[in-house]
Amino acid sequence: MTKLKNLKKSTKSNLITFGIVILFYIVVQILSGADLLTSSFSGQLVPICAYVVLAVSLNLTVGILGELSLGHAGFMSVGAFAGTLVWVLLCETAPAWLALILAFVVGGIAAGLFGVVVGVPVLRLSGDYLAIVTLAFGEIVKNFMNACYLGYDSTGIHFSLKDSASMGLADDGVVLINGAMGITGVTKASNFTIGIVLVLITLIVVLNLIHSRAGRAITAIRDNEIAAQSIGIQITRYKLMAFITSAVFAGLAGVLYSLNFSTLVAKKFDYNTSILILVFVVLGGIGNIRGSVIAAAILTVLPELLRSMNDYRMLIYAIVLIVMMIFNQSPQMIAWRKRIAERFAARRAKGKHPTKEVG
Amino acid sequence: MQFLSYLINGISLGSVYALIALGYTMVYGIAKMLNFAHGDVIMIGSYVIFFAFGSFGLNPILSIVLSMVVCTILGVTLERVAYRPLREAPSLAVLITAIGVSYLLQQVAQLLWTSSPKSFQSVVGLAPISLFNGELTISGETIVTIVACVVIMVGLIWFVNHTPAGHAMLAVSEDRGAAQLMGVNVNATISLTFAIGSALAAVAGALLCSSYPTLQPTTGAMPGIKAFVAAVFGGIGSIPGAFLGGILLGIIENLSKAYISTQLSDAIVFLVLIIVLLVKPTGLLGKKVNVKV
Amino acid sequence: MKKFVSAMLAATMALSLAACGSTADTSSEASESTSTAASTDSTAAESGATGEAASGTPIKLGGIGPITGATAVYGTAVKNGEELAVNEINAAAGYTVFDWKFEDDEGDAEKALNAYNTLKDWDMQVLVGPVTSTPSLSVGAETVNDNMFMLTPSASAEDVANCGDNVFQMCFTDPNQGKVSADYIADNALGTKIGVIYDSSDAYSTGIYDAFTTEAEAKGLEIVTAEAFNSDNKSDLSTQLAKCSDAGADLVFLPIYYTEASQILVAANKSGYEPTFFGCDGMDGILAVEGFDTSLAENLMMLCPFSAYGEDETTKTFVSAYEEAYGSTPNQFAADAYDCVYAIYQCVQAGKINGDMSASEICDALKTEFTTMSFGGTTGENQTWDASGMISKAPKVYVIKNGAYELAA
Repeated sequence: MTKLKNLKKSTKSNLITFGIVILFYIVVQILSGADLLTSSFSGQLVPICAYVVLAVSLNLTVGILGELSLGHAGFMSVGAFAGTLVWVLLCETAPAWLALILAFVVGGIAAGLFGVVVGVPVLRLSGDYLAIVTLAFGEIVKNFMNACYLGYDSTGIHFSLKDSASMGLADDGVVLINGAMGITGVTKASNFTIGIVLVLITLIVVLNLIHSRAGRAITAIRDNEIAAQSIGIQITRYKLMAFITSAVFAGLAGVLYSLNFSTLVAKKFDYNTSILILVFVVLGGIGNIRGSVIAAAILTVLPELLRSMNDYRMLIYAIVLIVMMIFNQSPQMIAWRKRIAERFAARRAKGKHPTKEVG
Repeated sequence: MQFLSYLINGISLGSVYALIALGYTMVYGIAKMLNFAHGDVIMIGSYVIFFAFGSFGLNPILSIVLSMVVCTILGVTLERVAYRPLREAPSLAVLITAIGVSYLLQQVAQLLWTSSPKSFQSVVGLAPISLFNGELTISGETIVTIVACVVIMVGLIWFVNHTPAGHAMLAVSEDRGAAQLMGVNVNATISLTFAIGSALAAVAGALLCSSYPTLQPTTGAMPGIKAFVAAVFGGIGSIPGAFLGGILLGIIENLSKAYISTQLSDAIVFLVLIIVLLVKPTGLLGKKVNVKV
Repeated sequence: MKKFVSAMLAATMALSLAACGSTADTSSEASESTSTAASTDSTAAESGATGEAASGTPIKLGGIGPITGATAVYGTAVKNGEELAVNEINAAAGYTVFDWKFEDDEGDAEKALNAYNTLKDWDMQVLVGPVTSTPSLSVGAETVNDNMFMLTPSASAEDVANCGDNVFQMCFTDPNQGKVSADYIADNALGTKIGVIYDSSDAYSTGIYDAFTTEAEAKGLEIVTAEAFNSDNKSDLSTQLAKCSDAGADLVFLPIYYTEASQILVAANKSGYEPTFFGCDGMDGILAVEGFDTSLAENLMMLCPFSAYGEDETTKTFVSAYEEAYGSTPNQFAADAYDCVYAIYQCVQAGKINGDMSASEICDALKTEFTTMSFGGTTGENQTWDASGMISKAPKVYVIKNGAYELAA
């Protein structure tokens, strides 16, 4: 009986999450149909979707698996470069929808493979050491992509890690990745609908994973690795499962993000971006998927809303960040908020049923 | 000879990393938090010295002392206002707050002193030493940094092992709850740790900017992260580990620039770090923690 | 927690909705310098003192650049240059010619697009920006779709001008700078063995470097070593310098910004290495670095269109006004930005554009005007643009003597 109730509760909660996303989509579509949206807000819709996917996927690693990852932008970068390369190569020849799907598939797979490469050795570590190794992987990706020169001509593919001259391209050659300049002249392909579809797919997969048998095994590992092992849960397998799923979606988000801009540079996917995604996760509540969705959306919009503050914009953003963390996470503040909430609840109860009140 | 000169460049950079890493590792060992704002405290300290020494012509030693005072006050205040309310919260919450503090300090610095770079005048008056008929020069800054780093490390080890306050730190680092039960004032001990860490940041800032003179609001960020890597490399929480990690990191970075590729030197540094951690999961000198059920 | 978050969401939604409803009338509140001058519109229009056909409706000029983040110093210079020019023009004309607003992009493509959209919501008619190459590429593609005229003061990548025929540059393109530098070094026999130190994480620096190596090879210059650094490890540049020294370079080419260049000069001084240093326009500003020992920059050469020590009237007026307003010597970022605004003003004076035209009409008018006109400003006389939007002006090589620029022979 209680089991049924629990199940219902989680299903209900999931439905609310989907509801919020779909409602957001409908509201935005109506407003944009009525031409009521500012360009500023419509310009942020795709990045919002990308950040939501990133936050949800990182929450899988941080909240559900319980391992701190500081290199999420690295997976995003791998996905973005792989996907964008496919798109740039195919968008002229293949039908747009096919090229786009292939871009997403390749981006996701590339990031997933990279997740395996990182995950297999790294998941043996734990805690802050795991965090630093993921950070290191993220920085390696950035550094590598920054020094990466790729092009092709009639003789084949040319590649160099030094500079564009040492690629030795013929005159008719086409430069695909030009080091720090990255990939330029990308035809934009992302739009809000694709973004929302990706958000929904991410939510479906992640929420199903969490509430499946595998998900329970993963949370068991998070809560106590040794105990989980003792009851026969295959630690490495489930850890990798969560980690790779997380990487795949980060890659997909990377493709979505990069196809929204005409230029893609490796610099964007640095440690600060990883931290930014982590901020979404922590502020939305560790392990709370709906929280991640909402926090990612709000914190993406917030710096834009603060534009009228001019020079003080980022200062205020920093202060808001600190205050929100203390307000949300400090035990004293949580106790204080509870007291206030109780007082309100009591007052409301008093107002409604003045006779029924019991101590 | 070329190799020696690259090596010395590496040790020079490494000792700066080591100095910063000492501050990281102290705070991590005792407060169990990654203080990502440490690099930015260094930046603030450097600005204080820049103005005290460069603009007002104060004596270099006095400028550093002034900067230490400012950084100490700053560090303790940050701990009191931003970190202490979160002491019982999940460690991730503190991490994010520290990042918020890091942004905050950078923004404040930019508003106060603009983003224009300042060229830091070296606080070290020592002339460079010339060896092997001038084929090898070692700058005064390098010598001072290495000496300062060793002195501070030895001092810290002595302090932690031979003073009551140091013992309190060890106790808090071992088991905060038990230490409190034994009558150790945990809050005061952590404040003291922040005070020491921030004072070290001021010294690190002085030496960082003396060797590498460009000072901007973002100056502290990247050396801060590198130093954090160094601290983990050596085994975070271990004072000799931070020293060793810093020096090794500097040497690896400079030798890979010299002999492999200047483009990929960072990737190489991080790759070495990953390999070391895979072989020794708690860093070079880190303590192995046995997990019990 | 949940309640709190939902409250936040509601608030955000409300805010964004409120923003939607009120785009048309209240958006100018947020701008910086506009409100002060706006009230004079009507009087100026009535008096019509200038006798020009130009109407009193101000043209909305938008600027984009990094004013926070690692590249803030360059964005701030551009912002100041634009502000100064707008204020001067408005004061001289006696009515508000330009309504001006500047938005921060943090040097990032995503933020730059956000800034551009914010400016569009403000009904911007002409864009002067962005400052750096990557944001310019991302914004450039959008301006093509919107047919919005874009004149960037300092984004020098060749691809920027190639975004579309509405995108113009005030600065030399990177390849052009690299080529001219190599030619100059070869023609004047400044060095035989050349070392290069460049920023491999920066589009500007790699752009010049690539063109320089190609041209140097064609001219028979020997590049003995090319060393890179990136934004993450630029605190220590002594190893790169030592490698140039070990390779026996007698000229070190520095296609980098003055912030890092000042550090290289200090490091070279410490190690007693004294080659000829040669930089590009990013080098301008090195003498204004606070605390920098300018004697270290003695004999430093640079290819740069602007000199704050120039003797012509335009430059003198600009430099003294800038120093008075912002308390520092302007560099070429500020000068290019200043020229951008004046170049557009030249079209206003010629009666080609006015504030009553739509952004698209202005764009079409400016496209024809820019490709046919010749402009003289602080960064050179007789500047012209080709159809692709690239500028042509006489390159100048300066050498630093006694803490000031001198034209190199």
